Amino acid sequence: MNLDSKIPEGPLAEKWSKHKFNIKLVNPANKRKYDIIVVGTGLAGASAAASFGELGYNVKSFCFQDSPRRAHSIAAQGGINAAKNYQNDGDSVFRLFYDTIKGGDYRSREGNVYRLAEVSVNIIDQCVAQGVPFAREYGGLLANRSFGGAQVSRTFYARGQTGQQLLLGAYGALSRQIANGKVQMYSRHEMLDLVLVDGKARGIVTRNLITGQIESHSAHAVVLATGGYGNVFFLSTNAMGSNATAAWRAHKKGALMANPCFTQIHPTCIPVSGDHQSKLTLMSESLRNDGRVWVPKTVEDAEKIRKGEIRPTDLPEDKRDYYLEERYPSFGNLVPRDVASRNAKNVCDEGRGVNKTGLAVFLDFADAIKRDGEDTIRGKYGNLFDMYEQITGDNPYKTPMKIFPAVHYTMGGLWVDYNLMTNVDGLYSIGEANFSDHGANRLGASALMQGLADGYFVIPYTIGDYLAKMPYDKVPVTHEAFKAAEANVKEKIDKLLSINGSKTVDQFHKELGHIMWEYCGMSRNEEGLKKAKGMIRELRDQFWKDLRLVGTNDELNLSLEKANRVADFMELGELMVDDALHRDESCGGHFREESQTEEGEAKRKDDEFSFVSAWEYTGPEKPEVLHKEDLVFENVKLTQRSYK
Amino acid sequence: MKITLKVWRQKNAADKGGFQTYQLDNVSPDMSFLEMFDVLNEELLSKGEDPIHFDHDCREGICGMCSMYINGKPHGPKQTTTCQLHMRSFHDGQTITVEPWRAKAFPVVKDLVVDRTSFDRIIQAGGYVSVNTGGVPDANEIPIPKKVADEAFDSATCIGCGACVAACKNASAMLFVSAKISQLAMLPQGKVERKTRAEQMIAQMDEEGFGACTNTGACSAECPKEIKLENIARMNREFYTAKAKSENV
Ligand code: SF4
Ligand code: FES
Repeated sequence: MNLDSKIPEGPLAEKWSKHKFNIKLVNPANKRKYDIIVVGTGLAGASAAASFGELGYNVKSFCFQDSPRRAHSIAAQGGINAAKNYQNDGDSVFRLFYDTIKGGDYRSREGNVYRLAEVSVNIIDQCVAQGVPFAREYGGLLANRSFGGAQVSRTFYARGQTGQQLLLGAYGALSRQIANGKVQMYSRHEMLDLVLVDGKARGIVTRNLITGQIESHSAHAVVLATGGYGNVFFLSTNAMGSNATAAWRAHKKGALMANPCFTQIHPTCIPVSGDHQSKLTLMSESLRNDGRVWVPKTVEDAEKIRKGEIRPTDLPEDKRDYYLEERYPSFGNLVPRDVASRNAKNVCDEGRGVNKTGLAVFLDFADAIKRDGEDTIRGKYGNLFDMYEQITGDNPYKTPMKIFPAVHYTMGGLWVDYNLMTNVDGLYSIGEANFSDHGANRLGASALMQGLADGYFVIPYTIGDYLAKMPYDKVPVTHEAFKAAEANVKEKIDKLLSINGSKTVDQFHKELGHIMWEYCGMSRNEEGLKKAKGMIRELRDQFWKDLRLVGTNDELNLSLEKANRVADFMELGELMVDDALHRDESCGGHFREESQTEEGEAKRKDDEFSFVSAWEYTGPEKPEVLHKEDLVFENVKLTQRSYK
Repeated sequence: MKITLKVWRQKNAADKGGFQTYQLDNVSPDMSFLEMFDVLNEELLSKGEDPIHFDHDCREGICGMCSMYINGKPHGPKQTTTCQLHMRSFHDGQTITVEPWRAKAFPVVKDLVVDRTSFDRIIQAGGYVSVNTGGVPDANEIPIPKKVADEAFDSATCIGCGACVAACKNASAMLFVSAKISQLAMLPQGKVERKTRAEQMIAQMDEEGFGACTNTGACSAECPKEIKLENIARMNREFYTAKAKSENV
């Protein structure tokens, strides 16, 4: 298979403009002759569906939640980057491009990332025009902050709920097109299969989650904006319903899955409190600006703290290990996400973790409060401290917070070319669902940027290029390809419902999560990965023999919904392991213990691994086939990251 | 902790429904309210019984999907979302009654799940600024005083959960609708369409069967995002000016 990324020729800064000029246009009067399906209504999906509707296409938009406004983009706290250089601090499109490529540890494409940086400025204009209430200065202009260790202030934000405000902007635009009749909205619908006709994506099969009805929808192109697959780990900061099913089923119909082992583990989440834990809550990264990370120097002291025999505030300074400040004197507590996460794991592995489960480190504000006063700290983090207290019952003004890393984002996803089209004709993937822009590690405040860049400013152009070459004819949903896909979906559901075993979906999901976290989480090695592969296979066999569901297909049935998703997580989990196993280097969020520097930091192997791994499904129980897309760097020099 | 749960069970929209009692013996105070439900549902599933269906997604208090009365109060005893409520807010041995939102415009789908698409239709009636993608001015060409931006932000924090409707004895949606109308009316971007927006959104609200507002303030008192009553006053102002100047009158 030839993986053509279709990056336009020419200098980096001119690629996108040239490409836009060269692509074919659909005559405005003809746009209404084309139907587009968009699955998912987060930032990428909602902005794409709205923009398609504005252009005149007929759009069908799908989400599994009760309303498009609930997609999980809504939970993003920090902000959105844009190379506006409003602060006059030396930011530029090139700098944002450079930071993103470097932050991704040189495992993304120059062309895509440059375009992302380029359109970032339009996003802010668009959102402001929609009435998104970004933070402002007293002079009335937009405020910015520096985020995630960036050297410039390019992050726009709306208190701690930037994702919500941006999503409501996109939801407004989408709602307007629904009112205009250009978008038909299907909420509480889940995509369960992709339909190909003559090798082209021509529709999807969905399940109406209220009635159980299996329905077919036909179109000229299909766009998957279905988010990431972090819930493979069971516990993550994703929403409970976030899943990989749409993407995975598209994968099984031929779409390549790229870099699936690249997952981001966020260092500042509220630790697990017990077996009942259903999800993890992120505490904004900004806390590391003032909080100091530490654990006791000795295992004995850690034990005493765990048992409640001494309070953390009682432990004298000389018995504390501020390990990040110690190891990374120049970045200290602000080292990148992957470095902070890995170090927290290491100290906990040594037995120095500080909560009941032994899986937590302190984030201490005592010094900041002493220095700036409680009021200043309250002004900066008041809402976060309140949230923390609500969840844990501890007051962070009085005692240090406890934090631990958690799965947060998946950089991997469906392989797409420069047009955001997968290798399947007419099938596109945007936002977190694709793999394209973040390499092996995503920088803070760039997920929102990518979602909206793809949806508002990239795909509305590139999809036209494809549609312009398509005949107007529609495929009726009575076509045999639709019938076959429906039958396939129904068969799978019947099978799930008829196993009648003894274990619940959540039990299986938790076990899968354990395996993934243990062997394919923050740090990975060959032996563990091989073991994990066997364990996942066994678990999957068990799943299909011993699952217990209750109820029927013809009703709202939450455990059936979950079973469908977990079945796919099992298969995807195995592919993640394969990918991690084969990538025998450390890069970004992927840390292979075999590939580290003498100081124990991640070591890339650029000679061997400067490529995108794109996996092809070849059939049930058959190994997936690896295709490589070489990454070419013409504008940046590859360097090893160092935060010492 | 030991907890007795009285939960509304209803198979589907057509079913009459009724309360069912469950006994939980091993509740940790660190559990969230929904995690307690997870534990109960695991038990029900292993006994072959249909689990209790409820809406939820983010479990971070931001998506607005979770929705239930807990001891007669929307989202329970604290002014927060159900997913952000923890069992330490209850005491050992307590009986807790759980019901779905009760409002004509929010019909029950199953158990605690209701249909809130009426909220979506109200937004579709005009809860946005009508700009297309592209062709907009530079973001800093529209300076907005910080005070105005902050106030608009306060109104924009509504998560569309519907607790305001559930709290109101008339099942009025005034707080939800007014929050959106206020946010956009305060900002220069939204001013252009303020008249039609207010008229259309209010007309849709009435059509959906939400009740009238009698100013009891229960909505704001129960709103997990502390959306202020002032929004309703602002909306009424918008509406009457709209009416007075409307070409439709
Ligand atoms: S106004 Fe408050 S209670 Fe009503 S929907 Fe919005 S957030 Fe929920
Ligand atoms: S589940 Fe999202 S607000 Fe409660």
